[in-house]
Amino acid sequence: MSNYLLILIIVCYLAFLFFIAFYAEKNRKSKWVNNPYIYVLSLAVYCTAWTYYGSVGIASKSGISFLTIYLGPVIALPLWIVIMRKIIRISKQQKISSIADFISMRYGNNRLLGALVTATCLLATIPYISLQLKAVSETFEIITGDHSYSTTGILDDSTFYIALLIAIFVAFFGTLSTDASQRKKGIIATVALESILKLVFFLVIGIYVTFYLFNGTGDVYEQALQTENFKQLSSFGGLENGFNWLFTICLSFFAIFLLPRQFHVAVVENETERHLKKAIWLFPLYLLLFNVFVIFIAWAGNIKLSENVNPDYYTLLLPLQEGNVFLSGLVFIGGFSAVISMIVVSTLALSTMVSNNVIIPYGFLKKMVEGNLEDNSKNIKNIRRIAVFTLIISAYFFYVEFSTQLSLYSIGLISFVVISQLAPSFFFGLFWRRGTAKAAKTGIVIGLLVVVYTLISPIVVDAINQDNTFETQGLFGAKWLRPSQLFGIDYLTPESNAFLWSLSFNLLGFVSISVLSKGNYRERNYAEIFVHNENYENLQEGAFVWKGEAYVTDIKELLYRFLGEQRTNRAFYIFNRKYNISETEEKADARLINFSEKLLTGSIGSASAKILLSSVSKEKPISLVEVLNILEDTKETKANNKLLVEKSAELSNMANQLKIVNQELRNQDKQKDDFLDTVAHELKTPITSIKAASEVLEDEEMPPELRKRFLKNISKDTDRLAVLIHNILDLEKLSSDRAELDVKSHEINSTIQKAINGISQIANKRGVKVLFENDILLTGLYDEDRILQVFTNLLSNSLKFTEENKGIIKIQLEENDETIEVAVADNGKGIPKEEHNYIFEKFYQSKNQNTKKPQGSGFGLAICKKIIESHKGSIWADATYTDGARMVFTIPKLK
Amino acid sequence: MKKILIVDDEPNIVMSLEYAFKKKDFEVFIARDGKEALEIAHKQTPHIILLDIMMPQMDGYETLQKIKENKELKETKIIFLSAKSKLADVEKGMKLGADGYMTKPFSIKKIVKDVEQLIA
Repeated sequence: MSNYLLILIIVCYLAFLFFIAFYAEKNRKSKWVNNPYIYVLSLAVYCTAWTYYGSVGIASKSGISFLTIYLGPVIALPLWIVIMRKIIRISKQQKISSIADFISMRYGNNRLLGALVTATCLLATIPYISLQLKAVSETFEIITGDHSYSTTGILDDSTFYIALLIAIFVAFFGTLSTDASQRKKGIIATVALESILKLVFFLVIGIYVTFYLFNGTGDVYEQALQTENFKQLSSFGGLENGFNWLFTICLSFFAIFLLPRQFHVAVVENETERHLKKAIWLFPLYLLLFNVFVIFIAWAGNIKLSENVNPDYYTLLLPLQEGNVFLSGLVFIGGFSAVISMIVVSTLALSTMVSNNVIIPYGFLKKMVEGNLEDNSKNIKNIRRIAVFTLIISAYFFYVEFSTQLSLYSIGLISFVVISQLAPSFFFGLFWRRGTAKAAKTGIVIGLLVVVYTLISPIVVDAINQDNTFETQGLFGAKWLRPSQLFGIDYLTPESNAFLWSLSFNLLGFVSISVLSKGNYRERNYAEIFVHNENYENLQEGAFVWKGEAYVTDIKELLYRFLGEQRTNRAFYIFNRKYNISETEEKADARLINFSEKLLTGSIGSASAKILLSSVSKEKPISLVEVLNILEDTKETKANNKLLVEKSAELSNMANQLKIVNQELRNQDKQKDDFLDTVAHELKTPITSIKAASEVLEDEEMPPELRKRFLKNISKDTDRLAVLIHNILDLEKLSSDRAELDVKSHEINSTIQKAINGISQIANKRGVKVLFENDILLTGLYDEDRILQVFTNLLSNSLKFTEENKGIIKIQLEENDETIEVAVADNGKGIPKEEHNYIFEKFYQSKNQNTKKPQGSGFGLAICKKIIESHKGSIWADATYTDGARMVFTIPKLK
Repeated sequence: MKKILIVDDEPNIVMSLEYAFKKKDFEVFIARDGKEALEIAHKQTPHIILLDIMMPQMDGYETLQKIKENKELKETKIIFLSAKSKLADVEKGMKLGADGYMTKPFSIKKIVKDVEQLIA
């Protein structure tokens, strides 16, 4: 393939990535950008060019031990999820934006520790990035068949330009916001996409080699059996090699937590804890798929290719040998995407660390305190941009100077060994309260020194002097000090050896100093918050304990410079609201200090935030006892507050209920009053009539005819009284459910007929027609006397409200699934719509009290309702009927 | 002969009152509701009206106001007859300009005596 074509492809591919990143930034809220799959795929930034090319290389030389690098993460994953949840929770609370921030904050925002962690990360990552550049350069050469590029000078080297393009990409999309803890959707989207590309292309080449160049896995194996050393390549290599396995697995276990790029994608870019759940099966599956074909490609390469070629690039060389340029092009793009995503995320994470943990706290703080918002955010962004370029350029130079004699695999492992020096302070810091900043610093420094001695110095000495006496004879000729066989253990690989001793000394230093010394109050506070995070996550502003004096205005002034007035004021407004603090409060409390520190941490890192805030406040040391008391108090206050809130909610709830009940009682009381008025009135009418009649009857001259009529009236009024009293008692009985029903099966048709007969005389007299649409015969279950009472009530209401000689009353029957529906409709004056809901209420009286007489005593319908309800039926006024009133009720049907 | 108008929708009560006043040589007119009462009052200009309050169509209060609007009926005395016996009800009736308020159940003899006193 011509190198111009390949360069064109590379440029197009990069343009495509820019486009994806733009799109994702523009649609930050979209489902496509925020989902657990994107999260898991971005975790796959773990698989770099080392995986893509180096695995095959190591498999062809040392057999299946390449797997260890992937077994570590797979074994770790269940544990990883548990620990990650804690880390993510803490990081979100404290606005942590890198692993350096995380570790330095755990040990009391220690500035030096942050810088030390950053340095460790740089040491581990820059060679790693140069390894990626090396892969790009070498694969470029293989594809184009041109071997002159890397030697003719920087400006002619395409790798240099590729490195620059990547730097521009990171510098642009990585610094859209000054707040480094803000998620970078654009970059993550491209990383996720590239994770798909690299996997798919690797699977394609695996399938091509195994099933096209060979006849499946069995065929590869059969043919590989014939090659030399095959037995050694496919075995575990006994107990001694077992240690190597163990150490490499441990190494990758630590790497999945500690590599800056892994911390960045897993913690800083994490949208929600829930996304972790998807990772538990999807991420191991991804790693498994990536490794399925490695061994077959390695065997195939060993069989098909000459021994002179670099086995790292079997994936490219195999299709090229067959003349399949297209396929090797795909493999190149896959490897290229692995390279880009690794470099992008690593430099992004590193540039944040360099700016927030080294440059700003050590050089720029003073300037920034005096600067305004615009300058500051420009400065912060520029520092990060310069850091990005510097990192990539230095990685490029490292590649030019050193990497020609190192394989992909060894640089990768060295990086892992270096980064694992953070493990003691990181993991112990999460679970052990005693760990101190001094111990963490000591451990890391000792560990790094051991690594430099055992692993890096032999390479450097070798590269400079071309002399290996140091390595074979040991320092000052002392054999037990041979760097790769320290203390005489000679069966470990150099990396395992370095890992074992560096971590042992590191751990020893960390633990012993932690036990012997006591951290200051600040360290202890953060230790408490990190270790017992579950206790404090609900506490106000992370329960940061602080004692001292500070003024709100000073703090605000400070924040203006980094966040701007608008954002600061908004943040303070919300803060004051949240904790019910008066806007005019002059003194800052611990919550405000911690809140402000968090606001600043995202922009300038935790160490700088601490330094800046202490510049505007007078902090006083606080004893451990005080710390614990305050934490305990806050916890208690919080619990008490919660209890109070609950109680007051309960109380107001009860008050509301009481109000409702009271209103109900009042209504009932009023109804009862009204009812009693009506009852009294109704009772007084016949009594008045009886009294009046008996008075006039005293007149002895009254003609006998008239006397008889008066006597008859008295008798009628007495009956009326009796009926009234009976009704009142009846309603009372029905209301209190004391009424016993005599429920039997009856034909409703005959009951209706009886009811009609009962009122026919009055109906005839008034000239009102009563029609019964007697077309279906239905049997119901009911107390006939009671239902007759309902009919009598409804019919006499209809009689009352229809005009004489014009009135028509219709009784209609309908059959439902479970019930019989009976309707009594008339063509009278009807019931006003607004009264439909009230007419059945006990004691209901029409509003116009003075003219209520035709409506009767007001409890006829109430009695009806009670009767129907005690039959488990319902009664209502048909709102759709407009010709008059239509009352409908249901009673149970006999099935 | 003195004219009396009895307004009530309870026929049995009206019957007793009618008998008692006829016995005292009153000319008795009967209305079952406010509307009817107004018509008869216009025509007959009775000396006295016994007026129930709770009636269909037009209640006693309204009827009284309408009667008071008619200048020809200026001399007509009005007595409320009502089962509404609360003090507030009585006050309301008297405020409207009634000349008496009898709560039900009443004594016929007392009414006859009061009426005779009023128009004496």
